[in-house]
Amino acid sequence: MTKISMTVNGKAVSGEVEGRTLLVDFLREDLTLTGTHVGCETGHCGACTVHLGGMMVKSCNMLAVEADGGDITTIEGMANEDGSLSVIQAAFQEHHGLQCGFCTPGMVMAASALLAENSSPSEAEIRKHLDGNICRCTGYHNIVKSIQAAAETLA
Amino acid sequence: MPKDQGIGAASKRREDVRYLTGRGKYTDDITLPRQTYAVFARSEVANGIIKSIDTDVAVAMPGVLAVFTGDDFTEVGGNPAGWLINNRDGTPMKEPKRPVLAHGKVRHVGDAYAAVIAESVAEALAAVEAIDADIEELPAIVNMADALANSDNRVHDELEDNCCFDWGWIEDNRDSVDAAIKAAPHVTTLELVNNRVAPNAMETRASIGEYDPGTGDYKLTTTSQNPHLTKLLVAVFVLGIPEHKLTVVAPDVGGGFGSKIYHYGEEALVLSAARKLGRPVKWTATRSEAFLADAHGRDHVTKIELATETDGTFIAIRTDTMANVGAYLSNFSTATPTFLHGTLMAGNYRVPNVYVNVKTVFTNTAPVDAYRGAGRPEATFSIERVIDKCARELGIDPVSIRRKNFIQPDQFPYTTPVALVYDTGNYDATLDKVLELSDVAGFAARKAESTSRGKLRGLGLNSYIEACGIAPSNLVGQLGSRVGLYDAATVRVNPTGNISVMVGAHSHGQGHETSFAQVVADMIGIPEENIDIVHGDTSKIPFGMGTYGSRSLAVCGSAMVKATEKVIAKAKKIAAHMMEAGEGDIELADGVFTVAGTDKTLEWGAVTLGAYVPHNYPLEEIEPGLEETAFYDPANFTYPAGAYTCEVEVDPETGKVEICSFSAADDFGNIINPMIVEGQVHGGIGQGIGQALLEHAVYDSDGQMLNGSYMDYAMPRATDMPFYTVDQSCVTPCTHNPLGVKGCGEAGAIGSPPAVVNAVVDALSGLGVTHIDMPLSPNRVWSAIQAAK
Repeated sequence: MTKISMTVNGKAVSGEVEGRTLLVDFLREDLTLTGTHVGCETGHCGACTVHLGGMMVKSCNMLAVEADGGDITTIEGMANEDGSLSVIQAAFQEHHGLQCGFCTPGMVMAASALLAENSSPSEAEIRKHLDGNICRCTGYHNIVKSIQAAAETLA
Repeated sequence: MPKDQGIGAASKRREDVRYLTGRGKYTDDITLPRQTYAVFARSEVANGIIKSIDTDVAVAMPGVLAVFTGDDFTEVGGNPAGWLINNRDGTPMKEPKRPVLAHGKVRHVGDAYAAVIAESVAEALAAVEAIDADIEELPAIVNMADALANSDNRVHDELEDNCCFDWGWIEDNRDSVDAAIKAAPHVTTLELVNNRVAPNAMETRASIGEYDPGTGDYKLTTTSQNPHLTKLLVAVFVLGIPEHKLTVVAPDVGGGFGSKIYHYGEEALVLSAARKLGRPVKWTATRSEAFLADAHGRDHVTKIELATETDGTFIAIRTDTMANVGAYLSNFSTATPTFLHGTLMAGNYRVPNVYVNVKTVFTNTAPVDAYRGAGRPEATFSIERVIDKCARELGIDPVSIRRKNFIQPDQFPYTTPVALVYDTGNYDATLDKVLELSDVAGFAARKAESTSRGKLRGLGLNSYIEACGIAPSNLVGQLGSRVGLYDAATVRVNPTGNISVMVGAHSHGQGHETSFAQVVADMIGIPEENIDIVHGDTSKIPFGMGTYGSRSLAVCGSAMVKATEKVIAKAKKIAAHMMEAGEGDIELADGVFTVAGTDKTLEWGAVTLGAYVPHNYPLEEIEPGLEETAFYDPANFTYPAGAYTCEVEVDPETGKVEICSFSAADDFGNIINPMIVEGQVHGGIGQGIGQALLEHAVYDSDGQMLNGSYMDYAMPRATDMPFYTVDQSCVTPCTHNPLGVKGCGEAGAIGSPPAVVNAVVDALSGLGVTHIDMPLSPNRVWSAIQAAK
């Protein structure tokens, strides 16, 4: 077992993990942050997307020990400080950018990473950016609309 | 009630807040004290005899608590088919036992033959690797035609062949249809494949079994669209648990699309293991397991013939279909290719002679069952493809040939030759609308522009009808259904006037928690936020048949309306007593009871409080309290219908298809929440385009699934999809349910594949291409272009 420490959603956390423990399992099992989901275990679906040092990563494709010392944000850390929905989260609700909700945390994390580096993405840039996030419910229409709307609000 | 709420409002979904903040509670998110973990050993061969399974090493491994094999379940029942279909000669279908764990034989890759329960998933996985199973591989039965032709090698040895049933609909039509086709001046024939797809809800299946030795109570938490049916199947049919000792809970469920309607063996396993160990047992499928062991969809091979006059007037349709049911009969695998498919084969057309023949085939592949649309996409695809081919052969444009044969608005109720009675519709209206939305008038100019760039542009049209809210129970019972098809709701008014509504339909993306509350809010006139919709827990809900077949609002919503009407009727009695007025003089509007023609009023909350604090109450006449339950069994199916167009550009050098635009005009009857309805259509179209262009669950001749991961299975991604233009303004309300609603969940998946394929074939028609089977991958399109050259 290896002792690891990191910042998750602004709080210092630590734990003991096996070398093989995935970051997503550390988040879900040890920290009970179950908003980060596992949809495929192979890095394709993006339901496990979190931010590490502001970068979008797939937490099912990363060992927990690799995140030692890192600064992680999960979906649980995305709302405003008063608990209200952030601009991106609110845009997803306003534009019906989610249905079953399972891919949604990953979509919000991906959208947030996109808008951090490109404040006014084109439709094509949004779709390209979502290439690693699969949604089976929405046909992507309202997800793209939600991100466009969030970009406008943030601009 | 605020003016922007209630029926017809685009109310924002209340469930979104928990999903958007990571507070959803899906089955795998639940961790119970002393929880253990199950991992299954699954067959690596498609067909084989289980000679022996040695578990000695596995049992002794660290953390292992128990190992189960098929031997442990020989005394319990099988997972039954939900519908008994008769052969053309009236004899019943073959119904082999579907055991909890494979016994004697494994019948598809992924067939579970053992399960390990351990303290951790890792320990269970390691022990599964240590199970020594001696399985003698037999030749795999994969191709349907071969399976029917060769009775020596059978999926189920105890059956005489691999044909589950040979069904004719309607058998009495057979000779007259044959004669009509023989005499017809023109017959268009098309052979096509409706490709097999994997449902791929983003949440894989998961189950937690619990057993309380103190009370003898069991609890199953599971990813189900249909918790009451699962309860009935696992308790009564499989394990023999008294129903009152089992609670089934389906918490947040991450999509279903049909694949989570059914009871699966893993659910029985975790319950049995929990009882044996006295500890909770959790199993969560990997994505690989989902590909190999979830029920797949479609997989039909069809020959369809359309007989017409030379002017395009339809005379007869005859189809001959092989439908794959896989290795075992999943719960609705026999209903899907029959009563959800053959009954729709007249489409929205006046076609006097229709006969459908379906042979279902056992193969060494995963079970095949209902997947979004379930039989109706297969019917629509066959009809709408053959109509396009016929139009081309006769030199009639695809719009005119459809208009010429549409059932007209004044002809409803319309009885088809395949025994459905369409209650209402206006097919020209949705066709007109979609032609307007897609700017068909401008197509020629757009095509010319594409041609100038060396691209081939095509426009595809589809006009569909489907049947939702399958019903009524007494009729489907005569046709072989083993379940009722009603639904139920309890409206519980609390003393302060807020309301909990317990409904039998389950919401896993459909937004019932919002839209159902809109209905009750509208009826009473109180704010939506004062109403909670409770679903997915058999200990809280009266009964229910779950969510599938676009039935939730039409069937369960109708039960909810009936229960709310009962509540209002009782509340009016109470209000009349409290205001010393006649019951007939009480009116309810905007949450206020008024004695008609007076200024006497009582707020909703004052009356509900009166029901629970009955100091001034007609106790001699009515009981205290305010809670009502209703069951609703529909008189008929509902019949959503509409028209879709798709415009594509094909690169002749690569075969790549680009969707330039996609438009949908649907008639869903009345709409409760237009935002949610549009979202349902988007999602259905996404899956339909996926089937048409990308998706195909492929087995090789050894029965190995070749693309059982997201590396290989072409899931639609954002870059594959366009924006869709959708419209629901053409409304003919359903005539037989209280809300006049029809159902919107499946239409997109039904209407889109033929629109896409018709568009691509239109683009390539100049080259002489008349058909390409789905998925229209670049390889297939390019090959068709080369073959036509």
